[in-house]
Amino acid sequence: MNQHYDIVVAGAGPAGLDAAHAAARAGARVALLDDNPRVGGQVWRQGPGYAPQAPLRAVHAALQANPNVTLCSSARVIAPLAARALLLESAEHGGICVSYGQLILATGAHERLLPFAGWTLPGVTGAGGLQALIKGGMPVRGERVVIAGSGPLLLAALASARAAGAQVVAVVEQAPAVALARFAASLAATPAKLLQAVQLTRGFAGLRYWTDSVVRSARGAGRVEEVCIMRGNRAVTLACERIACGYGLVPNVTLARALGCEISASGAIVVDDAQRTSVEGVLAAGECTGIGGVELARVEGEIAGWVASGAMRNLGGLRAQRSHWQRFARRVASAFALREAACAIPPADTLLCRCEDVTIGDVSVHADWRDAKLHTRCGMGACQGRICGTAASAYFGWSAAQPRPPFHPARIGTLMAACEHDAARAG
Amino acid sequence: MPERADALIRVTIDGHSVEVKAGTTVVAALAMPTVRATRTSVSGEPRAALCGMGICQECRVTIDGRAHALACQALCRDGQIIQTTGPR
Repeated sequence: MNQHYDIVVAGAGPAGLDAAHAAARAGARVALLDDNPRVGGQVWRQGPGYAPQAPLRAVHAALQANPNVTLCSSARVIAPLAARALLLESAEHGGICVSYGQLILATGAHERLLPFAGWTLPGVTGAGGLQALIKGGMPVRGERVVIAGSGPLLLAALASARAAGAQVVAVVEQAPAVALARFAASLAATPAKLLQAVQLTRGFAGLRYWTDSVVRSARGAGRVEEVCIMRGNRAVTLACERIACGYGLVPNVTLARALGCEISASGAIVVDDAQRTSVEGVLAAGECTGIGGVELARVEGEIAGWVASGAMRNLGGLRAQRSHWQRFARRVASAFALREAACAIPPADTLLCRCEDVTIGDVSVHADWRDAKLHTRCGMGACQGRICGTAASAYFGWSAAQPRPPFHPARIGTLMAACEHDAARAG
Repeated sequence: MPERADALIRVTIDGHSVEVKAGTTVVAALAMPTVRATRTSVSGEPRAALCGMGICQECRVTIDGRAHALACQALCRDGQIIQTTGPR
C-alpha cells in the first residue's frame, strides 16, 4: 500500500498532535503516525480508568473532525525509504509506504535506565515505565513501591502509584537537596509548575523523599523482594515488591539519525528557530529536540506545523512562549544533572545488555562501543542498544551507535511492501 | 469507540483465563495477579516489562499466534490468546 501526504508527523504525543493540528488548519493533508494504540504519547497516556486529559481531548477531537487528517495508530516506522518516504508496519494494515512533502519528527524521548545489581528481576521498571504500566491497567494496589532515579518524572510516578493504591515506601532522588531547594525557589517563575509539584507530592506529606541517594541493588528470588539504597555513604535496605527507577529522559533520535539530521552533543535533534532540522523537508519538535516538558513540546509542535505547511503567519508569540519554557527546561536540567553516584559503574557481574545478557565487566574492557559490540554482542539484540547504549554512554562516555533499519523487528510482508514501493517508483 | 470504560473482557494467558477491563494493555494483564515473566533471557533468567513504552523489548510475547509482539503497545481484546516464554 502506498500513500502520499503533504505532511507526515511521526509521533502523536503533545508535540505531534499540535503539529498535525496546526498543519491541518493551514490546509495541508496530514498523516499522524504513532506506534501506540492510542494517541497522547507518554504524558497524556490514557487507559482504563484514565480518561483522556482535557487538552488531549480537545486536540484529538479537532483532529478527528478535520478531513485533512489521517490518524495511523499502532503503526511503527521500520525504515526511511528513498525520496521522502517511510516504511511503516501497521498492526491493522501490515506494511505501508507513506511518502511526504514535509516530515515532522515528534518522536519524543525514552527513560535513561541505568543498571544496578538485580535490575533484571521482574518488578524492576523505569519510573515513567511504572506510570505507563499503571495507566495501562496494571494493578499495584497494596504493593510496596520504591521510586528512584532523578527528575520531576519521579513525582509524576509517585502520584500515579499512590492514586492506584500502591504504598510508596520512598522516593530516591540522586540530586542533592541544595540543588532541589534552588530549583523549588525558581518555580516562582512558572506558577503552574509550582502548583503541579504541590499536587503531585501532596506537599510531601508522609513521604520519604531522599535526596543525594541512589539505588545500589535489588534482591529477590525470581522477583523483587528488597532494595538496597545508598543515602550518601550509608546503605539502607527496604522491603518492596517494585522498584521504579529512571534517570531522566533521552531524546528518541533513531529516525532523525537515519535521515541524516544533525544531532547535538547532548543527543538531541538540532533545529533552527523555525523547528527545521539540518535536512531539507524534515522538521522536529518536542522532546526529541531536547527534554523540555509538555508545554515546550506543544509550542514547538505548533510552530513546526505552521512552518511545514508553508502558512505565512507571525510566529512571534509562539517563539516567546517557547523561550519561556526553554528557560524552565534549563533550570530542570541543571537541578537534576546526573552526579557521580548515579553514574558509578555497578559491579562487573551486573548485566549491561539485557537482550544478549552481557555483563558490564565484559563490555568495559573494550575501547569503544563498536569494539564492545563486535566482541560481546552487547547492543545487538532486539532493542538494538537503545537501553544499554544509553547506559554505556553514561558510564564510559561512549557515543553508542544508533539502531539501523529495520528499526524494530518487522514481518517479511512489511519488508516486501518496501520492494513494491521501489518497483512502483522504478516503473 | 465500542469499549465502555467499565466493560470486562477475557483473555487467555498461557492457558489461564484472565478478566480485565476493556482498554487494558496486554502487559498490564500479564501482571495480574502478580509480576509474571514475559520471556526467558538468553542465559535463562525470567524477565518482565522494563520501559513500558515500546523501547526495551523485554515484554515481547506471542499474541494470537503472532510472535515478538510488544505487550506494552498492544491492547487486550476479548478472546485474545497470549503466550509468554517465561521460565516454566
